[in-house]
Amino acid sequence: MNKSKKELLLGPIMQRNPIALLVLGICSALAVTGQMATAFVMTICVLTVTAFSSMIISIVRFQIPSSVRIGIQVTIIATLVIIVDQILRAFYFDLSKQLSVYVGLIITNCIIMGRAEGFAMNNSPIASFIDGVGNGLGYGAILMTVAFIRELLGSGTVFGYEVLKLSTNGGWYVRNGLLLLPASAFFIIALLIWLLRTIDPKQQENL
Amino acid sequence: MAHYLNIIFRSIFIENMPLSFFLGMCTFLAISKKVKTAVGLGAAVLVIMVITLPINNLVLNYVLKPGALAWAGQPNIDLTFLGYLIYIGIIAAVVQILEMFLDRFMPALYNTLGIYLPLLTVNCAIFGASLFMVQRNYNFLESAAYGFGAGAGFFLAVVALAGIREKLEYADPPGGLRGLGLTFITAGLMALAFMGLAGMSF
Repeated sequence: MNKSKKELLLGPIMQRNPIALLVLGICSALAVTGQMATAFVMTICVLTVTAFSSMIISIVRFQIPSSVRIGIQVTIIATLVIIVDQILRAFYFDLSKQLSVYVGLIITNCIIMGRAEGFAMNNSPIASFIDGVGNGLGYGAILMTVAFIRELLGSGTVFGYEVLKLSTNGGWYVRNGLLLLPASAFFIIALLIWLLRTIDPKQQENL
Repeated sequence: MAHYLNIIFRSIFIENMPLSFFLGMCTFLAISKKVKTAVGLGAAVLVIMVITLPINNLVLNYVLKPGALAWAGQPNIDLTFLGYLIYIGIIAAVVQILEMFLDRFMPALYNTLGIYLPLLTVNCAIFGASLFMVQRNYNFLESAAYGFGAGAGFFLAVVALAGIREKLEYADPPGGLRGLGLTFITAGLMALAFMGLAGMSF
């Protein structure tokens, strides 16, 4: 794997994180991070859809007339999401119930549209696929971090296993109710953005 | 009547699209720097929701649901799996029609909204409202009420956030927190405030 491909894959995790730098795809990032299991499934779904939609759009990019390109991109993405949703419903019905409408909302996840429009339309299928995987990973990194903090401090568990023994079960840890509330995701993401931008001051916004 | 008012109130305050379900976040955070643009965007979202939700509801009940095609002599067809594709298609079409309509008849409004309108096709709040409508089995009138309430809730939230952000221009936060980070914290505090309305019913 040469250097540029590696950068395509790993760049979106730190330097060009789609959530922290570009403010894309936040909707689902906040809603599904109450538990690590749902966040993990969501990451896989988004990663798959981003990678394959970028690849498919890149393959047909010379056939798409520019006036209707958004419609075509949305159709391709929606088809992929339907496939993912049907697979989830067939094999992981409980998880699909928990994620409720957020699987469908992958269609309107701006990361996917953004990569389709900004990268896949001008690059080769393989590069687009890698770029899609990279952005999926960047999205997943933030999602899993937020979910880890929320689940650990909110319910004392990681992936459903009890790590901090809860006071309700005779342990010592009193759960922090705030972190179970969806609003806490806002604060955690804000702190993550602060951290990322302190490490890499190039990302800071100018006045 | 009270039933519909209840749906509207719930969707504006308790189940506020951006602040309780985090839908439409991208536009919510990106286009809330100025109150004026926020009002324009909020109004556009409201109009599109009021139009698309009842249409999607009709499509669901007369085309997609199991047995919905009975009027065409095909009672055994279940097309619900096509839902996503069709709802997003309808939203895209309505956005396009609204854009052309505004361009022709209200050029002043079109110029203010111009750039945001096409983006609304991929606004999660609008698409999410359609999915919630399906999940909760709303009928035609209920979905119209829900569309209005969800749109009004988005309008309220985005205008309020823009108002706060205009004031925050004068603040002096640490460099890494400037802009996006601070907006997130503001939105989080607003979400907490909206939770205080949770017990309200009509």
